[in-house]
Amino acid sequence: MLAETLLTVEKLSLAIRGNPILHAVDLRVRAGEIVALIGPNGAGKSTLVRCVLGLIRPDSGRVALKPGLRIGYMPQRLTVDSTLPLTVRRFITLGTPASRGQTLEILTEVGAEEIMETPVQAISGGELQRVLLARALLRRPDLLVLDEPVQGVDLNGQYELYDLIGAVRKRRGCGILMVSHELHLVMASTDQVICLNRHICCSGHPDHVARDPAFLELFGIEGARSMAIYHHHHNHRHDLHGTVVEPAEDGAHG
Amino acid sequence: MDDFVARALLGGAGVALAAGPLGTFIVWRRMAYFGDTLAHSGLLGVVLGAVLGINPELGVVLTCLSVALILVLLQRQRALATDTLLGILAHTALSLGLVALAFLETVRVDLVSYLFGDILSINATDLYWIWGGNLAALAALAGLWRPLLAATVHEELARVEGVPVFQIRLTFMLLIAVVIAVAMKVVGILLITSLLIIPAAAARRFARTPEGMAVLASAFGCAAIGAGLWASLRWDTPAGPSVVVAATALFALGSAAPKRLRGR
Repeated sequence: MLAETLLTVEKLSLAIRGNPILHAVDLRVRAGEIVALIGPNGAGKSTLVRCVLGLIRPDSGRVALKPGLRIGYMPQRLTVDSTLPLTVRRFITLGTPASRGQTLEILTEVGAEEIMETPVQAISGGELQRVLLARALLRRPDLLVLDEPVQGVDLNGQYELYDLIGAVRKRRGCGILMVSHELHLVMASTDQVICLNRHICCSGHPDHVARDPAFLELFGIEGARSMAIYHHHHNHRHDLHGTVVEPAEDGAHG
Repeated sequence: MDDFVARALLGGAGVALAAGPLGTFIVWRRMAYFGDTLAHSGLLGVVLGAVLGINPELGVVLTCLSVALILVLLQRQRALATDTLLGILAHTALSLGLVALAFLETVRVDLVSYLFGDILSINATDLYWIWGGNLAALAALAGLWRPLLAATVHEELARVEGVPVFQIRLTFMLLIAVVIAVAMKVVGILLITSLLIIPAAAARRFARTPEGMAVLASAFGCAAIGAGLWASLRWDTPAGPSVVVAATALFALGSAAPKRLRGR
């Protein structure tokens, strides 16, 4: 039996000042499922996330959330002005009031309990991502929306963060929609990968791809250029603006 | 102590109390130039108040709000950077105020007292306005505190967490407008921003929490009022500018304070 659907996006299209950003995007996230949105810069990943969050209205199509759905959101970038004296604890409880004990518990869950009373401007990039995750978790979310959760984190820290996100899903059973550049990193715990380049280029369970030795080898060599791998599954090409310029070409890519 | 000095102290303290916490938000949100722009439009508000036959304070609040709304509309165009827009609005509003004033031959407005303040001439009615307006602004800010702080740290995150960011921002602008309107008498429209910014900046080094910084900013503001008035009476200097100089002196002293006294 399939888990409950938390989020459905249907035929979503959006243009900003005449520039088409998203075209006929469909998306579904179920409880307990990790869906990864990948794609090059300017592919519209963050814009899609902002539509899901209700921060921007799409031109057409619809975003349907399960009634009463609680969303925990982890934004892509966050800088707190240095003039604002704010500890990690205060930062986390800005969105959801919580006792000291509850805050400590959440921070322990993400492995950041030691910095609870540290000024939020004084923590490292990796710590900040954990703190942002903690703030999202404090809302007891049914759906976590993570916009590039490992941005500004070194490689080891990235693995740790993805492990943590996987553990959170397991423990809490929430659905997770996340944006990432790093396909090779998200693979392990991801249920569905959606490759976005203004429209959905391809999507699917990453397992069959991940089991392919050639694929893994390629990722070893071309780790940083992980996007190139997914191009092998495309049935079309893009011009510089991301527009489809060529129809399906059977067997040309593989 | 003479009555007029007592009234000046009382009026100044009333303004400083509300200006402190509001000023901390202006500093955190990097809205110093915005505050200045609203203050510059104050004179236009006084003139409009005279033309419409309404209270000058009310005229200032209405004008400040209009300028804030015009800014919001102009920002949507995205053609010019916000600081450019603010520069246009600030000086246009001030000049419009001065031009409009020239047309009003029948209305006598003491220009210098509006531009630089006339704290020593504060009367009982002024005190009611100052304390009424500032206490109302403080109470509103206290109610707004948590969502405003959340929106200040990250607007979109706050929106996702259910904060009505747009309404909160408008209310915050309204509070700034109210404080500017009632503070005009104390330091004048050209210097009001200093009472918002300088005590808050001075408080930063000693504060560990947002609330602590707000309270300290109020305290520093009151101290600046006291010191400025004292200096003004002692050396017969203009009161409003003396208060500002005193605030800056406090800020400088604070910056030189030993590290162990400071927050982080």
